[in-house]
This record gives sequence, C-alpha cells and structure tokens, in this order.
Amino acid sequence: MDVSAQHDASSIGHVAEVGEIMQAIAEHKGCGTSGGSGKASCGSQAGQGDLPTEIWEKVKNHPCYSEEAHHHYARMHVAVAPACNIQCNYCNRKYDCANESRPGVVSEKLTPEQAAKKVLAVASTIPQMTVLGIAGPGDPLANPEKTFKTFELISQTAPDIKLCLSTNGLALPDHVDAIARFNVDHVTITINMVDPEIGAKIYPWIFYKHKRYTGYEAAKILTDRQLQGLEMLTERGILCKINSVMIPGINDQHLVEVNRAVKSRGAFLHNIMPLISSPEHGTVFGLNGQRGPSAQELKALQDSCEGEMNMMRHCRQCRADAVGLLGEDRSAEFTTEKIMAMEVKYDAETRKAYQEKVEEERVAKVAAKQEELAELAGASSDIKVLAAVATKGSGLINEHFGHAKEFQVYELSTAGAKFVGHRRVDLYCQGGYGEEDSLETIIRAINDCHAVFVAKIGGCPKGDLIKAGIEPVDQYAHEFIEKSAIAWFKAYLDKVNRGEIEHVERGDAVIRQGALISAA
Amino acid sequence: MPFKIIASQCTSCSACEPECPNVAISEKGGTFVIDPKKCTECLGYFDEPQCVAVCPVDNTCVVDTSLPRYQAPV
Ligand code: SF4
Ligand code: SF4
Ligand code: SF4
Repeated sequence: MDVSAQHDASSIGHVAEVGEIMQAIAEHKGCGTSGGSGKASCGSQAGQGDLPTEIWEKVKNHPCYSEEAHHHYARMHVAVAPACNIQCNYCNRKYDCANESRPGVVSEKLTPEQAAKKVLAVASTIPQMTVLGIAGPGDPLANPEKTFKTFELISQTAPDIKLCLSTNGLALPDHVDAIARFNVDHVTITINMVDPEIGAKIYPWIFYKHKRYTGYEAAKILTDRQLQGLEMLTERGILCKINSVMIPGINDQHLVEVNRAVKSRGAFLHNIMPLISSPEHGTVFGLNGQRGPSAQELKALQDSCEGEMNMMRHCRQCRADAVGLLGEDRSAEFTTEKIMAMEVKYDAETRKAYQEKVEEERVAKVAAKQEELAELAGASSDIKVLAAVATKGSGLINEHFGHAKEFQVYELSTAGAKFVGHRRVDLYCQGGYGEEDSLETIIRAINDCHAVFVAKIGGCPKGDLIKAGIEPVDQYAHEFIEKSAIAWFKAYLDKVNRGEIEHVERGDAVIRQGALISAA
Repeated sequence: MPFKIIASQCTSCSACEPECPNVAISEKGGTFVIDPKKCTECLGYFDEPQCVAVCPVDNTCVVDTSLPRYQAPV
C-alpha cells in the first residue's frame, strides 16, 4: 500500500513564486524519450499542460508524489484500520513478522488517539515529516470511523500536516464527501484492471452490500466503483494517484489501457509497481509461482505509459507504519510504548524554519545541476546509461556502499539525469564486515547500471564491481547527485568519443523479492 | 447454531466486528470472539452470515455445532 495527500499547500514554508516552482518541477523531472511507443516526451510538461497550477503547488513538496521532493521530505503511515473488504491474490493479511520490513504489513495497530499522538511525536522529532497517510493494512475505507477520526484529531493538533489516504476503491464513492470534508485531497486508488476478465484473475472475492461476490461479477463491481470514485474525486478537485501492480502474464499488457482509462478520468499520477511474490509470503500468487517483473520489464512498461501522464518511479512500497524519508524506516523509534511515554511539544515554528532551510538546499541543487547541464549542451549522442546512487537523502551522494539499503537509479543521456527508480538490496556491510553473498545480490540488483556512485567503498567490493562491469565512482562523495551524474556521463561520452572505451549495453537486473505487496 | 471464531486462525483484522448486525463480535485478548447469546446467524438481516462473508481467512468463522440453533423470539 502506499499513500498520498495534503491540504494547505503553502504550509510547507516555501515562498517561491509559482512560475519558479513550475520551472523547478520541469527541471527536476527532466525530459526523456519514452521507450515502448518511441515518441519523445517530457513527462512533467505533459502533466503540467493538463494540470492547474494549484495542483503543482500541492505536489511539489509531497515525498510520495514528487520524485525530487522525496529526497527532502518525509512521510509516515499509521495503521488504525486493518479491516479489508476485498481479497487480492498478492496479499496475505495473516502474515506479519517483526523481523521483516514489508510493505502493507504492520506490527502495531493503533487507536485513533494513539495515532494522533504518534504523529505529533514524529513531527516534533523529524521536522521533514510533512505527510501523514492511512494506507492499511487493509482498506482504510472498510473502517471509515477510525480513519476519519484519526484525520480529525490530527487536523486539530497539527494542521500543517498533509493528510492522505490509500484505498482499493470499493467503498470510495460512499466516502467522497467525508474525504472532502476532512481536507484529504490526495487519494491513492489501487487499480490493477479495467477489464473484469482480468480482474477475476487478481481478485478472488469482494464483500459488497452485505454479500460476498466472486469471479467476474466481483471484478465488475470493483472496477465500476473504482472508476466512479476516481471521477467523483477529480470532479471535486481532489488529487488522485493511481497505483497498479504489474503482474506479468496477467495485467502487464493491460496496464497501458488502465493508464489511459485513469488519465481520462483525471488521475494525475500513475505508479506502476512490480508484483512482489515469494512462496514464503503465503499469498496466492506467491504459492502458485506467479513471478514478478524484471527491472527492464518494469521500466519498459513505465516508459510506454509516460507519454500519457506522469509516471511515479520512486515508490518504495512502504510498510503501512513506515516512518521517515522514503527508503528509510524509523518506525522502531516510535513504538506505542515509547510514544505513550513521550512528552510531546509540537512546535510548528521550528518545523517551518527547518523546512525553509530544506528549500534553500533544493534550490542550490537545481542550480548546480543547471550548470553541469550547460556544459553538456550541444553534445549529442544516442547513448543512454543507467547509474545507481547510494544516498541517504537531501539529493546527495552521501551513503557508504556497504551501508546502502537501496540504490537510486538514474538514466543518463545528453538530455540530463532522469530518476527512473530505486533498487532495494540487503545490507552488504552488516556489523562492519562485507558478506560475499550479499555483494552478489547487490550486483544482480544493479546489473543494468554502468556505474554506482558512493560516498565511500572498500577495496574488495570495488574489485568485484569492476569485474562485473559496473564502475564504482567515489570521487563525487557528498556532492549533488544529478550534477555529479551528469559530469560523470559527460566524461564517459568523451572517453567513448576518443575511442578510449567502448560503450556496451548492460543486461537486466533483478527486483528484490524480499517484500510483500499489499497495495490497497 | 450460533457462529464462533477459531481463534488460532483469526488475523485480528477486525473486518467482522462492524458487520455484525447484533454487535455479537468483540475483541478479546488480541483476537475476536462471538458472543453466542447475541448471534442470530444473521437470520432476519442478511442472506449470508456477515462474519463469514467478510473474513479473509476461510473457515475461521464457523458454526458452533455444540450449541442449539438460534430461535427467533416470538
Ligand atoms: S492488498 Fe489491500 S486491498 Fe488487497 S486484500 Fe490486501 S489489504 Fe485488502
Ligand atoms: S453470523 Fe451474523 S449475527 Fe452471528 S456473529 Fe456472524 S455476523 Fe454476527
Ligand atoms: S474477520 Fe476473520 S480474521 Fe478478521 S477479525 Fe474477524 S474472525 Fe478474525
């Protein structure tokens, strides 16, 4: 499951002119040629053309919506409503293990009052925390009282925090008014199909109007309700993001049609996520051996939809009680026991001051990238390479190779550096020594990359990476990601042009299967 | 016969609780239980027992054969 929303766009403390913001959005999204369909497109501009300025205003500081903002702002989820009204073949609601961080899974169920206190505690500790989501486990709208009670309490005590909601959409049309009343204006709907024939392969049953429906009939009701809910929300100006789970052989081709259907109903962002399924998750797909997509398959599908609308690439398929920057989980610091013992003082001023500093950093980052791009201007080449980056946020190359839990992947071309996704990996350096097996896993996870940018790297993994054909790059430690990536790419092109090296295409990469999707 | 919940299978998802027309379901020590005195097998309300229809784990809300069938009051 994943999340999105907000109400007061100016609450973040960003005072830049609207024009500047739109400029910044166009900048950081970058332009690229979309894959499958072969037509050149600039995702951000296509989106912007259709979207009123107020929407961009809402999006720009939202870590789940804006790829660039997610380096700087944090979100948290609270699990207050674990009930669900449908069953998905990629979800096993029984499985919850304290040792494993998996999306959609949560260890601690909170009352609305506990959740409100947790939000205050986290917001006071992590000033970058700007977004609160209710995303499950389960469907928040299958338990509307608890969901809306939580929103009510938070909007009273911390009005600057944006609220968002993720839903499977079955109950959505019944709650659109409440969603509007609580100023929840970002809603994520998981839509995996618009064709009930396909839906019947994904959803074994739904519970609707006091009856359990199965098969085609169930999927038909679900898709009708999802699309109706989407229309009702966008009519009211409430931002809608669509999540889709890419299930090879079931809905992978069909998602292009889903993309068209949701775009025409006003959805502004489409997030296509890979199916994650292992037998040990105990899901229907996990048990019957349904595979997930490879990194290349996922990227090709995202690229082919990109001309239609903005694609979201930085989704982490977060845990339902995740806390912190995307890709980071600090939930263990905020267990119910610890929160209830905490003395919380909510200081909106300190938060605002902190966020203003963050904005300055962002502007500097965009400017630095601009400079480097100017250097690249004029160069023309069809070469495109992927590069992986070890980062812990702020848009900097600031993570040790051995400490990286994930790598961010950028596509480098003469058009610049475009973020295309992230790869989760197991820790290479656990307890200070490298483990051979995990290095192999890392190489598999970034095998489609030509280079990996790190703040620091030991001699041993360095050698193995080079052997695998991936260049470890540590000369840009603690510098801005995009600026450095473009500089490196420029040097790479130069070397190719001088005939010093030969450009070779890389192979595919593997998406880590250590997580279970639960994508309401 | 009233329904009962097999505690070892219940995921404590709470989906059944709000669906019961008789408020027969409540949380007890982490799992959910049905008060057999309140359960009417959903007779007179719905075509199917709501707890069974909404529960994500098959065969978790089941008939308690050790107890007599529900009798509608006259
Ligand atoms: S993924 Fe979400 S919507 Fe699907 S069964 Fe699980 S909790 Fe329900
Ligand atoms: S069968 Fe109906 S009345 Fe009995 S516990 Fe289940 S929902 Fe309640
Ligand atoms: S719906 Fe089933 S699993 Fe969920 S609380 Fe009720 S009995 Fe337990």
